[in-house]
Amino acid sequence: MTGSVKLPAESSGDVLLRAEGLGVDLGGRAVLRGVDLSLARGEIVTVIGPNGGGKTTLLRAVLGLLRPSEGRAFVAPGVTVGYVPQRFAVDRVLPMTVDRLMRLTARPGRGAIEQALAETGTAHLIEASVHGLSRGELQRVLLARALVRQPDLLVLDEPVQAVDYAGEAALYALIGEIRDRRGCGVLMVSHDLHVVMAATDRVVCVNGHVCCTGAPHEVSDHVEVRRLFGPQAELFALYRHHHDHDHDLSGEPVAGHDHHHGHEHQHHGPHHRDHAGGGHAG
Amino acid sequence: MLDDFVVRALAAGLGVAVVAGPLGCFVVWRRMAYVGDTMAHASLLGIALGLILGVDLGLGVLAVTVTVALLLALLQGQRQIGSDTLLGILAHGALSVGLVAVAFMDTVRVDLMAYLFGDILAVSITDLLWIWGGGAAVLAGLALIWRPLLAATVDPDLAHAEGAAPPWTRVVFVVLIAVTIAIAMKIVGVLLITALLIIPAAAARRGAVSPEGMARMAAAVGAVAVAGGLALSFIADTPSGPSVVVSALVLFVGSLALLARG
Repeated sequence: MTGSVKLPAESSGDVLLRAEGLGVDLGGRAVLRGVDLSLARGEIVTVIGPNGGGKTTLLRAVLGLLRPSEGRAFVAPGVTVGYVPQRFAVDRVLPMTVDRLMRLTARPGRGAIEQALAETGTAHLIEASVHGLSRGELQRVLLARALVRQPDLLVLDEPVQAVDYAGEAALYALIGEIRDRRGCGVLMVSHDLHVVMAATDRVVCVNGHVCCTGAPHEVSDHVEVRRLFGPQAELFALYRHHHDHDHDLSGEPVAGHDHHHGHEHQHHGPHHRDHAGGGHAG
Repeated sequence: MLDDFVVRALAAGLGVAVVAGPLGCFVVWRRMAYVGDTMAHASLLGIALGLILGVDLGLGVLAVTVTVALLLALLQGQRQIGSDTLLGILAHGALSVGLVAVAFMDTVRVDLMAYLFGDILAVSITDLLWIWGGGAAVLAGLALIWRPLLAATVDPDLAHAEGAAPPWTRVVFVVLIAVTIAIAMKIVGVLLITALLIIPAAAARRGAVSPEGMARMAAAVGAVAVAGGLALSFIADTPSGPSVVVSALVLFVGSLALLARG
């Protein structure tokens, strides 16, 4: 409760979460250092970065699930959080229907539950056991569960894993819609730069520290992001320069396109290293 | 009517079963069978302390089980020795200290078997008041923490992040187990209390679709097990505690068979 006192008066109603000089140690290792972050109502912020870079750690520290070893991180008092964790499984010894899961941390009426499930395309699953859901279905139900809380702040850790590619775009579109309709803030973690480009107001790249932050197109030009993401950052740039390239992003970057546009870029995937070594990149 | 020891025994057994069923569901869901066991074993030390200090045995048991639970929570903060080892040390350590302490008391004649395996003939009106009063308190407490405890059981991080599981719910839960052990001791004895917590809950899993449904079913299975076990005990003159557990076991196996067929 005392955390709110420190917030500037003019922003206390808008700032949903804040990290100040945040540092986290896990197992004696410094995972995060000097992270500053804030998120306002109506804003979508995506945390990107390499595996092991501390994305999830940042999220968990902000949510109070990890104790910072330096600085502080908190969700503003009175803010209702809807959280979609990266991994979630109900133990099979615990019987649980989707309907009951929707009421786990809130007390919505039947109508609100049906509406939230419909928003994520899972209304037909309301009486189903959570143990029988596919990973993709569970992911959508979990998003509906977070929504039914009427959150001020939606926190999503890798929301599209286990959702197929067509569903992925739809899910990000939905997250944008939800923000527009409800005016909530959204903090999410993703390692997929392409979707970050389409669905985010602000990108924070984390690799032990905040290596850069800004609008998606600004971040994509950042040298450290390019170094960290390699071929994916190339596609990032392609997205900006050639907006018709969505179709070849379903899997690994397509080598053919790299050949066509290779001259525009400094960096290539591993399969081009020998080219560069031959003096091609200059 | 309560003058009849058969009626008293049944009233006591049903009172314990109705409490142990729903509480036992959480023991099963949270995979805490060994925790229940540890507290139950340690309760013998509570009996010894009660006899030595001349206080009510139920209070002695309660004091020791709560202490053991808190000690366990404290010790789990250190990382060198695993939880299972700690539980074993606490359970058998407290049980042995209790047995040794009882052996030193030559002035008091203690029927140890009654505490280890339960003695249905020994249920008095006072015991009944303990069981029903304590049982009602446990059920009320469980109803109070049901939602936050369930949320924290399904996913502790999710519950904490959404502010849905204040830390005191876990402390209350442990105290509820301690009270249940104190009141169930008379019926099934120290060594078999965990069985009364987990077997009806496990038998109820098969047919349940919701956590609340499983809790109600566990209470019902426990009640039937108590009635069956007491009948066996009266008819065949078998020890009451093991008889109740055998009865519960039969119901559990029956639940497996029923669902395998259906």
